[in-house]
Amino acid sequence: MLEINGVTKSFAAPEGGSSLALDTFNLSVGEHEIVSLVGTSGCGKSTLLRILSGLDSASDGGVTIAGQPVTGPNPDIAMVFQEPRLMPWLTVRENVRLALLDLSRNEQDELIAEALGQVGLDRHADLLPNQLSGGMAQRVAIARALARHPKILLLDEPFSALDSFTRQKLQVHLLELWERSRFTMVFVTHDLDEATVLSDRIAVLRGHPGRLAQVIDVNLPRPRARSSVQLQQIKREITQVLDLS
Amino acid sequence: MALVERIRRRPVETVAFSDAAVTLRQEVATGLLSRGKGLIVPLALLLAWEVLSRLGVFAEHLVPSPTAVANEIIYLWNKGVLVEHVWTTTYRVILGFAAGTLIATVLGSLTGASRLARELLDPTIQALKAVPSLAWVPLFILWFGIFETSKVSLIAVGVFFPVYLNLMSAIHDSDRKLVEVGRIYRLTTWQQLRYILVPSTLPSYVVGLRSGLALGWMFVIAAELMGASKGLGFLMIDGQMTGHPAIIVGSLILFALVGKASDGFLAFATRPLLKWQDSFAKMTQGGGNA
Repeated sequence: MLEINGVTKSFAAPEGGSSLALDTFNLSVGEHEIVSLVGTSGCGKSTLLRILSGLDSASDGGVTIAGQPVTGPNPDIAMVFQEPRLMPWLTVRENVRLALLDLSRNEQDELIAEALGQVGLDRHADLLPNQLSGGMAQRVAIARALARHPKILLLDEPFSALDSFTRQKLQVHLLELWERSRFTMVFVTHDLDEATVLSDRIAVLRGHPGRLAQVIDVNLPRPRARSSVQLQQIKREITQVLDLS
Repeated sequence: MALVERIRRRPVETVAFSDAAVTLRQEVATGLLSRGKGLIVPLALLLAWEVLSRLGVFAEHLVPSPTAVANEIIYLWNKGVLVEHVWTTTYRVILGFAAGTLIATVLGSLTGASRLARELLDPTIQALKAVPSLAWVPLFILWFGIFETSKVSLIAVGVFFPVYLNLMSAIHDSDRKLVEVGRIYRLTTWQQLRYILVPSTLPSYVVGLRSGLALGWMFVIAAELMGASKGLGFLMIDGQMTGHPAIIVGSLILFALVGKASDGFLAFATRPLLKWQDSFAKMTQGGGNA
């Protein structure tokens, strides 16, 4: 489904020359798989996600989706950022519409109703973002991303700014949406609980420039209990991989 | 027991309700009072001014009394020339404001959106900004003559800079994160402008327009003082030449009134565009009270 082949990213350093952020990263993500990217800060996780989304391009290597190379933003790929990134001057409904502007008005309205219904915000469609709580705003961002049924959903630390109760609720909610719509999901997180509860596989990145250190399989049925022995074991494993650096 | 409770509670609720009514009335009264407070000082000064004038403390040919100023304005009104003078000045400001805003909007959008345009044009524009705007007068008179064109041009120069600077920096600083959302969802350039860039730059654009308008009023006086046969600036010069201080003071007051009114109109006209900011302000106020 999603093939990441030797992706390398270097940035122009302010003092001249260039600095490497991500070094020959390879990973293959299957259809309807959930993969999380964890790692120390500055290891290039977010950079990788931005390359997957088409917002940035790789310095070397490339990304393909179903065999097609990613050259820029693409209707099959949607992205949820750490912040909701809603336009404060547009209502919830019009914010979701932003993802659908090339469709006919009727299709737009239908997809908006469906997307807001999915996240339980259909009755808040006419509010402005400033009138929403942080959790609600992030749900609007998820609705906007899912509105046109993308094949791949990318999330960059989507719940890190929320309180832990809202975060857990949204994680469960996201899993429900994933089970219903069968998209592929790649997300960056700092939260090992989040990684272990949601993922099929956890890609652990390490160092600077970031390299793939290990891919850990989580072959456990969902829903998973956060405190289960197996998840504790996996979290220990991740910590060990990260501590080796 | 429950019924008794309810009956007992009823008068309490009534009291609470009438309390609320009393509070509301008090709030209205305090509102009027606090607004009225602002008038106390000017009214007292006006009264003192009138009294001192009548007592002959001020020389009449230098400081007219408030009644003399009012009489002068009424006299001009009755003569039928007041409206013409006010309108001539206002019309010059409108033309200069429109021209300055138009050019500033085009150039500001260009230099805000395109790095090449910014690197090419902005240093020149910033250098021109360093020229005191009144220094253009001799050149404008030479180029456009002493009639309307040179006056309107001078006003346009005054309006141009605040509008240009505010728009350019607003576009330049517009939130990269929101622009990225537009990229992710593949908005066309036109859609990026309509849904993201224009709304995000409007608040500071409006600030630019309002300071531009204020400068427009400043420059219209300069333009009219330098030679005009109509307008409030002309009235002032006329008052100076003929030794009528009442005309000068009357023109000052008219300038203040028309300038304030035009700013109020601009604020009112742009309010629907910034409604989302208003509702935010209202909400935070509500949150603060709760």
